[in-house]
Amino acid sequence: MDDLLAARLQMALSLGFHIIYACIGMVMPFFMAVSHFLWIRRKEAVFKDLTKAWSKGVAIFFATGAVSGTVLSFELGLLWPEFMKHAGPIFGMPFSLEGTAFFIEAIALGFFLYGWDRFNPWFHWVTGVVVGISGLASGILVVSANAWMNSPAGFDYENGSYFNIDPIAAMFNDAWLYQALHMTLAAFVATGFAVAGVHALMMLKKKNLLFHRHAFLIAMIFGSVAAILQPISGDLSAKDVAERQPAKLAAMEALFKSETSAPLLIGGIPDEKNERVNYAIELPGMLSFLVHGNFYDEVKGLDTVPKEDHPPVLITHIAFQVMVGIGVLLMSLSLLFFLAFRWKTLLDKRWFLLLFAIATPMGFIAVEAGWTVTEVGRQPWIIWGIMRTADAVTPMPGIRYSFYIFTAVYVLLTIIVLFLLKRQIQAVPRLYASAEEKINP
Amino acid sequence: MDQVVIIFLWTSIVLYVLFGGADFGAGIIEMFTSKRNRQRTRTTLYHAIGPIWEANHMWLIIAIVILFVGFPDIYSTMSVYLHIPLAIMLLGIIARGTAFIFRHYDAVKDKSHRLYNRVFVGSSFITPLFLGILAGSAVSGKIDPDADNFADAFIFGWLNFFSVSVGLFTVALCGFLAAIYLIAEADDDHDRLRFVRKARFMNGAAFFAGGIVFLAAAIDGVPLGAWVFKSTTGILAVVFATLALIATWFFISKRNIWMPRILAGAQVVLILLAVTFEHYPDFIILKEGTLSLERHQAPDPTMKSLAWALLTGSIFILPALYYLYYSFKGVTNNETAD
Repeated sequence: MDDLLAARLQMALSLGFHIIYACIGMVMPFFMAVSHFLWIRRKEAVFKDLTKAWSKGVAIFFATGAVSGTVLSFELGLLWPEFMKHAGPIFGMPFSLEGTAFFIEAIALGFFLYGWDRFNPWFHWVTGVVVGISGLASGILVVSANAWMNSPAGFDYENGSYFNIDPIAAMFNDAWLYQALHMTLAAFVATGFAVAGVHALMMLKKKNLLFHRHAFLIAMIFGSVAAILQPISGDLSAKDVAERQPAKLAAMEALFKSETSAPLLIGGIPDEKNERVNYAIELPGMLSFLVHGNFYDEVKGLDTVPKEDHPPVLITHIAFQVMVGIGVLLMSLSLLFFLAFRWKTLLDKRWFLLLFAIATPMGFIAVEAGWTVTEVGRQPWIIWGIMRTADAVTPMPGIRYSFYIFTAVYVLLTIIVLFLLKRQIQAVPRLYASAEEKINP
Repeated sequence: MDQVVIIFLWTSIVLYVLFGGADFGAGIIEMFTSKRNRQRTRTTLYHAIGPIWEANHMWLIIAIVILFVGFPDIYSTMSVYLHIPLAIMLLGIIARGTAFIFRHYDAVKDKSHRLYNRVFVGSSFITPLFLGILAGSAVSGKIDPDADNFADAFIFGWLNFFSVSVGLFTVALCGFLAAIYLIAEADDDHDRLRFVRKARFMNGAAFFAGGIVFLAAAIDGVPLGAWVFKSTTGILAVVFATLALIATWFFISKRNIWMPRILAGAQVVLILLAVTFEHYPDFIILKEGTLSLERHQAPDPTMKSLAWALLTGSIFILPALYYLYYSFKGVTNNETAD
């Protein structure tokens, strides 16, 4: 394994790991806020217990997310020192603001987790909401920094030097809004379905039905609304990418040659050597429609950029298909979920719960796939059109050993976190009296 | 506005050493506690740092963000030539943070706690050791960007007598800070006496390690003696630190809660001042030349917006942080920890 590949894999691993913890850490506080609100208002013990049970999960995820985030802030330099040397002063603004947001999140979390029965209930509730809002702000700011790598702005570039730096313009680059919107919705979809899925599984096991039903409903309300909005945001993002990064869009769609009435591919395995796609279902003209709003206009293919600037097509295309496929699936499940408001007995049906239980990891698989699309689709650039990833990597040899060690650590952490969650969930009947309450017919 | 950024950088490093350092020290104290008392120490420790350790940890992030936005040359040089100790420190940070939270949030108490405890204690030692090694290497003059072989470029810049002795000194200092802090958190006289003994032990260890640092500096050719003893500020800082140390023990004997903590913190600040004042604004001293906070800044617009971001941020952070500490100080009931 060469050092560049090892560095890319280590970065991908660290981000792929962190993204899950970050999503859960920024979305769960909103679920807790709803349940906490219901406890303060209705004084039904089940909501207090649910809030507490969830908050333990959040504490585990937040701590893991905080340390993995710290690691990332160093890894940027450890793996990509040449990139950071030039990019740091330009795209640093969101990071400096994110420091504040993250700090406030940590403070508010201290109040929230340790504040039961110590403060005015509404003050306590607000601290929980602040955890969510500052978490969301952190997420958006970090995505804005990533958007800058796709859509560099706020500086002039000539002969390898960067001048006329404007950090504010860099932060509000062309891609930030679409990317931030897409990522925020994705966090709600993924976390909503993951949490709902776990509780659906517990309902299937006929354990503590009332407790898990409330949990399922709260998580799914957030998850389903976000899942229904997500395709709209996806469409905006795709149009934006088509305009700014045609090579990325071409790789997503495996469009090797520019075409009028370009078809949309469902599935398919791109053959990069022979520049064609095998086994795909083609929807004629649909890609032109999605990009331009009519069925005829030309969509730029990979032939419009020099060969050495092509992103890896196979990975980008497959990741994109996975993301879109799961997105459609989760949107359908969300519509099904809304039917459950009309026909309440659905919530007792095994097949209904089974569908949601199976969907538990789907949202996060889609998040990882989407992240792969945006990162791999940007290659070979680390700053789109300005700096190549290969030129940014650290001169230190032997990065593969660092990659092996970090992989082992992250795999181990994932196993322990899952193990702890399982134990927390199993402990629900033991810890919370209300969990034994029955549903009133 | 450059000065604002530099002050924030200095402050966040100092605060991380004080608060983050005391958190690490808590684990070091656990390491030096006999098996019989360890569970009691863990409980005290959890109550003392549970609600605040995440916030304490943030100072490191603030410092690193200031470095990579405002001083990119310094950040990237450190990242390249101190890659290995930085990576080890990061692994320590991961291990420590997760082990601390896992051992509290594991719903079942069984054998797995032995693992959490070992990892927590081990990483509480390793992390400050490597933080100290990094600080030592930064000023050691051993980092050599022109080196033509792997060992000189990526190993001996930090693996040398001086840097390692600074690392050990840092560990002792963290242990001392934590012990002083925990004295007033103890539940009863027996525990209090234990923490007083720990503080005395760590105080001795810090003296011993400090002596070794000076010895190592002499052997490795680091002008530490000149920085500290040939400048008025350095000498004054050492004098005040010594007075503060004597006063710390006086107030401990009077069972005062806050004075020993404040004075112990002041000693650390004074030590940092004594060591860094003379070669300010040089942040990193390389084999050839230095990287300075004044000459190696980001362009002006970046420094300005960074300063404003930090100022605005502190308007939100500082009051909230103060209220957090205020609300959870001296809390030793079990309710809060569920």
